[in-house]
Amino acid sequence: MILPGNTSCQGCPISLAMRCLDEIENPVLVIPAGCSTVVAGLHPNSAMKIPVIHVPFASTNAVACGVKKAYDQLGIKANVIAWMGDGAADIGFATLSASAVRKDDLITIVVDNEAYMNTGTQASLSTFWKAKTTTSPKGKGDERRNLALIMIAHKADYVATATVGYIEDLRRKFRKAGEMSGFRFIHLHSPCPPGWRFPSEKTIEIARKAVASGAWALFEYHQGRLRFSPVGRRYVEKENRIPLADYLKSQGRFEHLSVEEIEELEKVIEEEWKILRKLSTD
Amino acid sequence: MDLEPLISRMKIGSAGETGSWRNYRPVVNKELCNKCKTCFSYCPEGVISEDIEIDYRFCKGCGICKEICRQKAIEMVPE
Repeated sequence: MILPGNTSCQGCPISLAMRCLDEIENPVLVIPAGCSTVVAGLHPNSAMKIPVIHVPFASTNAVACGVKKAYDQLGIKANVIAWMGDGAADIGFATLSASAVRKDDLITIVVDNEAYMNTGTQASLSTFWKAKTTTSPKGKGDERRNLALIMIAHKADYVATATVGYIEDLRRKFRKAGEMSGFRFIHLHSPCPPGWRFPSEKTIEIARKAVASGAWALFEYHQGRLRFSPVGRRYVEKENRIPLADYLKSQGRFEHLSVEEIEELEKVIEEEWKILRKLSTD
Repeated sequence: MDLEPLISRMKIGSAGETGSWRNYRPVVNKELCNKCKTCFSYCPEGVISEDIEIDYRFCKGCGICKEICRQKAIEMVPE
């Protein structure tokens, strides 16, 4: 759904994710400011083959809700997608939450590159604990927020986490969300070469290492059931995982971490897995 | 109100011929390639066709195709 020759950086996960939108029938994008805005095209050119509405940060889900209602009135079957980065999910959290509570009939996709990349890598609530950003030069002081769990707490109709590291799994989740109705939420892990400081050819390898080390859990929540996705299921058990250091040390933003700090991070990640395992019906 | 000037129109090469950004050019070794199409699936720019032909006008040379190739059939050659 995206044309070549767009403005994305080399190795950009967002551009790759936008290609996968062809799994969704009749998509209409609503995009707040962020990398995705730029990737979607600079006026008067659009890189997208589908309608895109650019909106202010905090209004994203509110606009998407209005657009969906308008299409319904016109009798047009459209899959309206609120497509935002983790920054817009911070800034527009109130409208996102309200939209989930209203059960708006739309898809929300958060392409999470774990910082405000478009403005120069400032820390967001999704930024990994202890990761270096331009606003946390010694490493971020707070733990990251788990958006997918928050959406489960909203009793969303469909919640999934995905990664650009496993395209088939990602496409399946896009397809599934597109075929359903109700409030659907996909949290997409998107390793960013310039922001995380790794070479552009490593995007997929790092995305896969995040899954293999347990730093990114792949699951789906639907009809009250949380299930781990097949590609990531073996990493639910800690003994099957690769060392977290393998994932962290392949990125410049974690270069400064000591062995003790990595152990602390491992503990925090395991706490998140404990919650997920309790919720899981597998 | 005339909204026309506010609307962007779709264009291949919305950022120009992005092939000029490239430092390394991916070159496919046709003898090693078994057409598994993994590079086609993972190319962020969508410049690899299903027949594994690369559109060098727009390929930015990120190197993901080289990394993802199980046959090691893609080599990055300096421009």
